[in-house]
Amino acid sequence: MKKKSFSYAKYGYIFTLPFTIAYLIFSAYPTLYTAIIGFTDLKGIGKTDWHFLKEPFANFVTILTSPTFQNAFKNTVFLWVCNFIPQLLLALLLAAWFTDRRFKIPGEGAFKVMFYMPNIITAATIAILFNALFGYPMGPVNDLLTRFGFISQPYNFLVKKSVAKGVVIFIQTWMWYGYTMIILISGILGISPEIFEAAEVDGANGWQTFWHVTLPNIRTIMLFTLVTSLIGGLNMFDIPRLFLMGGPDNATLTTSVFIYNQAFSGSYMYNRAAAASMIMFIIISAVSGIMFYFLRDKDEAKLHKVMKQQIKAERRRQKELAKGGQA
Amino acid sequence: MKKSDNHHYLAKTLIFIACVFLAILSLFPFVVMLVNATRSTTQIQQHAVSLIPSSYLANNLKVLLGKSFKPSVGFMNSLIISVCTTLLATYFSTLTAYGLVVYDWKLKRAYFSFIMAIMMIPAQITMIGFYQMVYKIHMTNKLSMLILPAIASPSMVFFMRQYMIPALSLEIVQSARIDGAKEFLIFNKIALPIMKPAIATQAIFTFVSSWNNLFTPLILLTDQKKYTLPIMISLLRGDIYKTEYGAVYLGLSMTALPLIIVYLALSKYIIAGVALGSVKG
Repeated sequence: MKKKSFSYAKYGYIFTLPFTIAYLIFSAYPTLYTAIIGFTDLKGIGKTDWHFLKEPFANFVTILTSPTFQNAFKNTVFLWVCNFIPQLLLALLLAAWFTDRRFKIPGEGAFKVMFYMPNIITAATIAILFNALFGYPMGPVNDLLTRFGFISQPYNFLVKKSVAKGVVIFIQTWMWYGYTMIILISGILGISPEIFEAAEVDGANGWQTFWHVTLPNIRTIMLFTLVTSLIGGLNMFDIPRLFLMGGPDNATLTTSVFIYNQAFSGSYMYNRAAAASMIMFIIISAVSGIMFYFLRDKDEAKLHKVMKQQIKAERRRQKELAKGGQA
Repeated sequence: MKKSDNHHYLAKTLIFIACVFLAILSLFPFVVMLVNATRSTTQIQQHAVSLIPSSYLANNLKVLLGKSFKPSVGFMNSLIISVCTTLLATYFSTLTAYGLVVYDWKLKRAYFSFIMAIMMIPAQITMIGFYQMVYKIHMTNKLSMLILPAIASPSMVFFMRQYMIPALSLEIVQSARIDGAKEFLIFNKIALPIMKPAIATQAIFTFVSSWNNLFTPLILLTDQKKYTLPIMISLLRGDIYKTEYGAVYLGLSMTALPLIIVYLALSKYIIAGVALGSVKG
């Protein structure tokens, strides 16, 4: 029996081989290569040959002290925080409403379909659509606002830095709250109904049930949402790039757009773009490491602990036995 | 009792109104886009919001296609890339998951831990090295460079494994072996059909994210004949369409409408799929 299972082991390697090869070529090697380029003088269109810099960290120092990169990093974090908080609150509110058994909202299914729809449409299309919607002097938003008398003159929204940021935040929230809502609903539906029944028996009202029963039970799913959203947010590219090309005056410049601009426009600074990429790589790895730590298979971890304790106890016993034998 | 009933009814009405408001917010930009695609630039300049379609669709189409925007080229390239990416990613992810679930091998646990560790790292972040590698071997305008990386899709392997553990009974595999079936045949004939629901879910999302991807194609593709749809869309922002509002709205509609139709047709499965994706999270 043992021999048989041993002979099948090679298929484990064979079946995972295509993944391994593709990963090495298309992910591991480019990652390593990006890291190396960060330490070199590789720049200029069409260049592929490079030399290591005398000061190895020169590119990293340049990037970290560059006001444009610092600004881009601040923007990226700002845009993410300001879209994630309203997105999560709105999604939580809707998820609480849609899962509350006391309200049966008519058309619940249709609402879910509509709330999620912006998420499925190409971000490039949405970025350019919003650019047109906020057009000056006669874009649809200006048309509506003047027609209903909110403003007397058309307003050139997209040259204002704060408005440009605000619209990017709005687009991101608008695209993602439906997704987050569906995830949270499935989390809430996964909670055992008995817990809710017990809360009902105890006379808890809607708000108390939500605060003391629902929220603590979807903590893991909220963490999952937070981390995936943060990683996506740190890579935000399509919307800021196509909506206003990072403008006005770099107000919507994110780190991804910065990296793209460094490497594929101007003087084609592949080395600096690579250094900036590696800085983001380290940040994202740290974030996903935290996620990995929290989402480990908890039962497996427990099992490991128990086994370790048993092994330790066994060793102690044998040591004591040996001691006893000597005495 | 009566008072609490009234209270309840009021809350329900307010919730319904809030939902209607959000639904309008979701639809409004697309309605404006579709209606303006049929209106002339002059009409749009007079009143940019209208719910009544006009008769300038053909005219807008002529203006749109007279310039560098070639939706059919973008559509075909995107279709080739998305279909191949979806096929490779789902097949090889299921295969890898099968290797991790069915067989006992020394590095199995380490391999799976590694997949979990890398699955959150986005490909975008190492694009400089990827671009340099592809440029060096003169493959920048080859669609295959956008397709083949899909063979290694860590997060999909993770999902497939989580789905496979309860779905595939090892006894079935064992009895197929006794009947003399080869290992690859067992995978193709027994495991793949069992995994169909998981594959369908993952296929939809891989297809959509591949279809919508802008960053990688934008970096690798310089030949206009190889442009994908998102790159074509980005041309609409260029100076050549600056004053052609009707044509721009039409171009955007042409890229969004197929997705909207497919989404509405499959919405039940897509929304169930989003929910499923989070279950193990």
